[in-house]
Amino acid sequence: MKKIEAIIKPFKLEEVKDALGEIGIEGMTVSEVKGFGRQKGHTEIYRGSEYTVDFLPKIKIELVVADNQADAAVGAIIKAAKTGKIGDGKVFVAGIEQAVRIRTEEKGDAAV
Amino acid sequence: MKRYLLTLALITGTALGLTSLRAQTNTMAMGGTNAMAMAATNAPVAAWTTNAPTMEQRMESVEAYFQNADPTAPYKDTNGNWTVNFGLAGNIINTNLANSVGANVSFPGAGHNAWLLTSTALVLFMTLPGLALFYGGLVRKKNVLSVLAQCFLITGLTTILWVICSYGMIFGGDGTPTGPLGMTHDWIKGIMGNPGVCWMFKGVTSAPNPGYSYWVSENVYSMFQLMFAIITPALIVGSIAERMKFSAIFVFMTLWILLVYNTQGHMVWGVNGMMNGCWNANATIHGLDFAGGTVVHMSSGWSGLVLCIILGKRLGFGKENFTPHSIVLTYIGASMLWVGWYGFNSGSAVAGDVIAANAFTTTTIATAVGSFVWPMWDWIVKGKPTVLGFCSGAVAGLVLITPACGYVLPSGALWIGIAAGTIPWFFCYKVKGWLGMDDALDAWSVHGIGGMCGAIMTGMFARQAANPNLATNLSKYVTDKIFQPQLVEQLKTVVVSLVLFIVGTIVIAYITKALVGLRPTEEVEIQGLDINEHGEEGYVG
Repeated sequence: MKKIEAIIKPFKLEEVKDALGEIGIEGMTVSEVKGFGRQKGHTEIYRGSEYTVDFLPKIKIELVVADNQADAAVGAIIKAAKTGKIGDGKVFVAGIEQAVRIRTEEKGDAAV
Repeated sequence: MKRYLLTLALITGTALGLTSLRAQTNTMAMGGTNAMAMAATNAPVAAWTTNAPTMEQRMESVEAYFQNADPTAPYKDTNGNWTVNFGLAGNIINTNLANSVGANVSFPGAGHNAWLLTSTALVLFMTLPGLALFYGGLVRKKNVLSVLAQCFLITGLTTILWVICSYGMIFGGDGTPTGPLGMTHDWIKGIMGNPGVCWMFKGVTSAPNPGYSYWVSENVYSMFQLMFAIITPALIVGSIAERMKFSAIFVFMTLWILLVYNTQGHMVWGVNGMMNGCWNANATIHGLDFAGGTVVHMSSGWSGLVLCIILGKRLGFGKENFTPHSIVLTYIGASMLWVGWYGFNSGSAVAGDVIAANAFTTTTIATAVGSFVWPMWDWIVKGKPTVLGFCSGAVAGLVLITPACGYVLPSGALWIGIAAGTIPWFFCYKVKGWLGMDDALDAWSVHGIGGMCGAIMTGMFARQAANPNLATNLSKYVTDKIFQPQLVEQLKTVVVSLVLFIVGTIVIAYITKALVGLRPTEEVEIQGLDINEHGEEGYVG
């Protein structure tokens, strides 16, 4: 099993969710996060007062899939979340040792 | 038996009431429009004869109600001596009339009083909740309650000071009732009133004080003016929001009201004030300030600026995001301010008369224009018309028209509205940034600069046609031109006021600093004033 963690632009969430649904991914966890990468922060002026915005709002998607689905899922996320501009985000993939569905106690691929 | 007597009394009472009503109607019908002319043809009578007042004189006295004029004038000769006597062989022929035209008018006129009662409630509504919400929305979430608490603190505190001595310091002196300190005169003539006058509200009753109004009860007038004294220190909160200790605000505001507000109020509005150009023929500076451009707005704005410089910037200024936590609250507050301001401006006529009607009109025009122009500048220069821009433009329009509303015509109000949407806008967006100070909620840009522009433009647009009172003491100054001598008088008023606000605030700020300190600890400021100073949070859950 693989865990896929993707940081994307907030307005791309719906498209990414639909793209993952199309290839048969049945669940994910989404959180609103803040952070910065190469895009860095920027300076804004509101009513004449200047301030720097260090952390930009992003969406983090986490999903765990069977090994053979991982490449397709990463591809779907990249295709849906890409705008070509700085700040599109990143995708991380990591191995997962075990997964258990609490209700049925199924384990492994059957649980994800 | 008891019930029978009660019924009889009721019937008799009603019958008497109807009779007197009919008698009044007859009087009205007889008087007509030539009553004044008829009275005027009466030859002056020697002082205090046994003459009963004629029907014409009584009619003229009633007409004074509609003109917001002196009801005792018809009974006096050109030297101000009484010409009539209400007693006949020791019997009072009409007790009510005798009271009404006694040495002081002893009861108010219902209509004028009703408008001032309404206006008083409207002006309180400007502070609670209008200004509190306007400012509350502009601060960060963790400090919203601190602003609400400060506004309420100031409301209670100012009222207590008002009853003890503030009212007398501003509106007492020279002829009003004497307090326990036994003085009726100013500490500094025309500048600083004597707190002993009207001490603990002595002598302030439901009877009008002819020094300020022939027809409005003095206690109503006093409550109306109290609401101005409340909103002024509350406006200062806008400059120093999010970073001043509650105890420091308590001490600072107490001293500021007593020393700065009361002095400025007495100079501009006191019947013998040295800058009361409209009513004091012997004024040193013939200033005009209808509803408080200098007393309320310049005073709070400039004092706020001085205090905000002494306090220093908020922690994280220029680095962290200080954007308003709820423009919705600000929007509601600004809209309430506009409604309440009708009491503030139109009520400052202290009557429901022609001047109040004009003030209502000019207030509407200037505010609407201001609220339109400001966001247009946002749109042109910044690319987006902001909601805070609409709110600020309306408030700026109200601020600029405040000193002018009762003296200018609707055409003048239009120009004032355009200036309101432009000059404070420029100070908010550019000048404040250049100066690099932390005027947290723009009290200086909108109220300090706005009040100053309003005071100056009053000098340019005051017209005798807008207010007949400009044709008396100020006939030489208000000559119905843009660059009339009144403009110079207004500039002098602005300079004198600035000196008082700046020097007064510096002194009081350092006294406060020595007594209780000004700022909370860094930890408190970062966590927020709400939870640390008030033990509550604005939004839970």
